[in-house]
Amino acid sequence: MDNQALVLLFLTGAIFVGLVLVFSGIVAPRSFAPQKFDPYECGIPTKGTTWLQFNVGYYLFAILFLVFDVEIVFLFPWATVMKEMGMVAFIEIVVFILILGLGLAYAWKKHALTWE
Amino acid sequence: MKFSLYDFSSFTAWIDSSLRASMSPGWAVAVEMILIGIAILIFYAIVGLFLVYAERKVCALMQNRLGPNRVGPGGVFQTIADLVKLLFVELVPIKNADRALFNLAPFIVIIASFMAIGAIPFAKGLQAIDLNIGVFYLIAISSMGVIGVLLAGWASNNKYSLIGAMRSGAQIVSYELSVGLALVTMVVLAGTMQLSEIIEGQRWGWFIFKGHIPAVIAFVIYIIAGTAETNRGPFDLAEAESELTAGYHTEYSGIKFAFFFLAEYMNMFIVAAIATTVFFGGWMPFHVYGWDGFNAVMDFVPPLIWFLVKTFFVIFLMMWLKWTFPRLRIDQLLTLEWKYLLPINIFNLLLMAFLVLTGLHW
Repeated sequence: MDNQALVLLFLTGAIFVGLVLVFSGIVAPRSFAPQKFDPYECGIPTKGTTWLQFNVGYYLFAILFLVFDVEIVFLFPWATVMKEMGMVAFIEIVVFILILGLGLAYAWKKHALTWE
Repeated sequence: MKFSLYDFSSFTAWIDSSLRASMSPGWAVAVEMILIGIAILIFYAIVGLFLVYAERKVCALMQNRLGPNRVGPGGVFQTIADLVKLLFVELVPIKNADRALFNLAPFIVIIASFMAIGAIPFAKGLQAIDLNIGVFYLIAISSMGVIGVLLAGWASNNKYSLIGAMRSGAQIVSYELSVGLALVTMVVLAGTMQLSEIIEGQRWGWFIFKGHIPAVIAFVIYIIAGTAETNRGPFDLAEAESELTAGYHTEYSGIKFAFFFLAEYMNMFIVAAIATTVFFGGWMPFHVYGWDGFNAVMDFVPPLIWFLVKTFFVIFLMMWLKWTFPRLRIDQLLTLEWKYLLPINIFNLLLMAFLVLTGLHW
């Protein structure tokens, strides 16, 4: 039942958006003026291509995110069994988090967390 | 028919058995699926419209003005009027835009919020999917929306949109960590990820009381990070009106824009609903151990009402935040997450684990 329900929710969303878009496409008026289709950049004609390089800072944060997000994925199964496993689980996770904390400290020291 | 406001499982079982009596099992399942889909769709639309209205009224209250008050009594039909207007607005195709991705983006943001709504326990037996990894599923699905935002900004062929989308990406992935860690903290206390069991564990005290200090810290961090995750002020850099016109949805017109708008409000509802479930006991009434008379009075209020009141309280907190604080700069935003919230959160997680181990929690 659960897996079917997931597919169902996906389909409901897709059909909902699709139907509303089709309806709007039918009832909405249309007009054609050449300048109307230009990207809106405060009235000035847009210069050059849009898809160019952007700040490398975003890339750094994406990599850091990846490391810590995978960490959280590992933490979830630990969190559910923590009570039964007791002290062993606690000590192990302290070691685990210390190693990751070293990573964060390194990134901090290297000014990877400072936006430039 | 055994309809009860206190336990919906008998109601759903009744629908199931009466459908199976009149048609073959395959068809019964199909009809049930369609019924669930329609129910969620209607709920989604009503909550979306209500939240837009509520936000405008709360904003008006904070700014000492009236807010919408012309269409219907107290302006309650204002959002419906706006929606009808948006349906009749032309969908402008942008020159040189990546047409396929441009049209795909609204689908992704809406589907992501739909799939999250299905896992939320509204009342006993009123939950479309009760996964044993419920919390994990909600985190995973609610972060899918960022793909829609990135696509929208990238495909629009507009520099403002691209900047908005990149900021939004950096912001959402950063605050994703805090949301995840704050919820892990609570999972340690609950000992399970299944949402129905998490609520059952709060029968004699909500987790925010049971876990005292670490739970309160986790709640504060969750509200900050949840606000950031939904791109709401003071973290609305992605659509900073005064610098980027409208950020990633600058080029979207008519109903396509409405989808982004709706998804933002539904994401807010989802964040608040998760907070309610994990910190405030979901649909569980307020109980005090030993006070039987008091508990009986609390039990009299239907669980659905408890859930909605708590959720709208959390939503009000988020609106309060938005209309109180000025917008952050991107460096302040990332500093707040990586240098303050993340270390505090990791320490808080260990503190909570220690409390659970030593039995210091209630």
